[in-house]
Amino acid sequence: MKTEYDVIIIGGGPAGLSAGIYTARARLTSLLIEKNMVGGLIADAELVENYPGFPEGISGYDLTQLMEQQAQIFGLETLTAEVNGIKLKDGLKVVQTTQGEFTAKAVIIAGGCERTKLGVPGEVEFTGKGVSYCATCDAFFFRDQPVAIVGGGNSAISEALQLTKFASRVTVIHRRQELRATRILQEKAFAEPKIEFLWNTVVESIEGEDVVKRLQLRDVTTDEKSTLNVAGIFVSTGLNPSTNHLKGILALDEAGYIITNDKMETDAPGIFAAGDIRSSSIRQTIAAAGDGAVAAIYAERFITHAAK
Amino acid sequence: MAQPIDVDDNQFEQTVLKSATPVVVDFWATWCRPCTMIAPILDELAEEYSGRITFTRLDVDQNQKTAAQYQIMSIPTLLLFKDGKPIVNIVGLRPKEELKRNLDAALA
Repeated sequence: MKTEYDVIIIGGGPAGLSAGIYTARARLTSLLIEKNMVGGLIADAELVENYPGFPEGISGYDLTQLMEQQAQIFGLETLTAEVNGIKLKDGLKVVQTTQGEFTAKAVIIAGGCERTKLGVPGEVEFTGKGVSYCATCDAFFFRDQPVAIVGGGNSAISEALQLTKFASRVTVIHRRQELRATRILQEKAFAEPKIEFLWNTVVESIEGEDVVKRLQLRDVTTDEKSTLNVAGIFVSTGLNPSTNHLKGILALDEAGYIITNDKMETDAPGIFAAGDIRSSSIRQTIAAAGDGAVAAIYAERFITHAAK
Repeated sequence: MAQPIDVDDNQFEQTVLKSATPVVVDFWATWCRPCTMIAPILDELAEEYSGRITFTRLDVDQNQKTAAQYQIMSIPTLLLFKDGKPIVNIVGLRPKEELKRNLDAALA
């Protein structure tokens, strides 16, 4: 396999695929490296209703498959590998992966985010035994049983609504007094008789025997403790950037997101960042795709300029 | 070419539990996006581990008895069976390299 490219894109979600469409179409040799399959987090979404051009909505999986096809038409190459690090050598960027080293004139980091874990006792132990991070996948296993979902954002509330199709009761556990989810989702959730809300509440531990049986909860305003019997707990508390391997290489913000300017340039010349991994990203598919385009255009200019 | 084979509740004992070689069972369903995403990885692994591990797929919707028996509550779940017993349990979409590390450790 070829190991030298004009551009290497790390991450195969909407940001990386959009960047790939632009760089490949600009006739830059382009390699996209993804550790799983392309698609990113949005590929899990049952329905994307706010991506322009799809008035009926489209599944996140179908949307990203279309993006991949479009990028491949222009010649984007993809590689399945994990990236362990990036180093600079003779003005080139060396991307170290589980499939060997690849060099490029410019790198676009679009590695996105991973779902946050709760970090409470019982979570790891009961993963796959009642603790789930994918309501679409696992709602089926909780037919006529009570479940809880932790979180208050768009993902959490969409997933709560999905869970009502199977579960007998869905308790939304949220650490604040109000939801962050968009108004249209809130209205649907408040109108759904199977959904109940526990405000200002956090999960302290997950308990059971073989499988999840109950949650220990705490009210953050009164410190009062309580127990909730559930067969399942779905975690949808937000996202963490996948930047552990970039510490000490690029400037990151306090939460670990990559700091860029409005050209998607990081503090290392020729290294760009796009999408959810970027500090101040609004973490929406359309914005990630936009970031990818901006990063690709400035990566092309960087390469052209460096050649002069 | 070695390809993952579909198993159901009825064949499970014969194909998986009584197999002389270790068997990976991929518990999946049609509505599960991460299952769709892990499938091509398992196609590749079936080829790479050909003769050493048999790869199978079990649709949890059509085969609820087996899914319940192994307390599958999250998909995709991969179970590696050796001599009729599940010895590795991997929940969720994982990178290919990580799956290989897990399988290699179990076979060693």
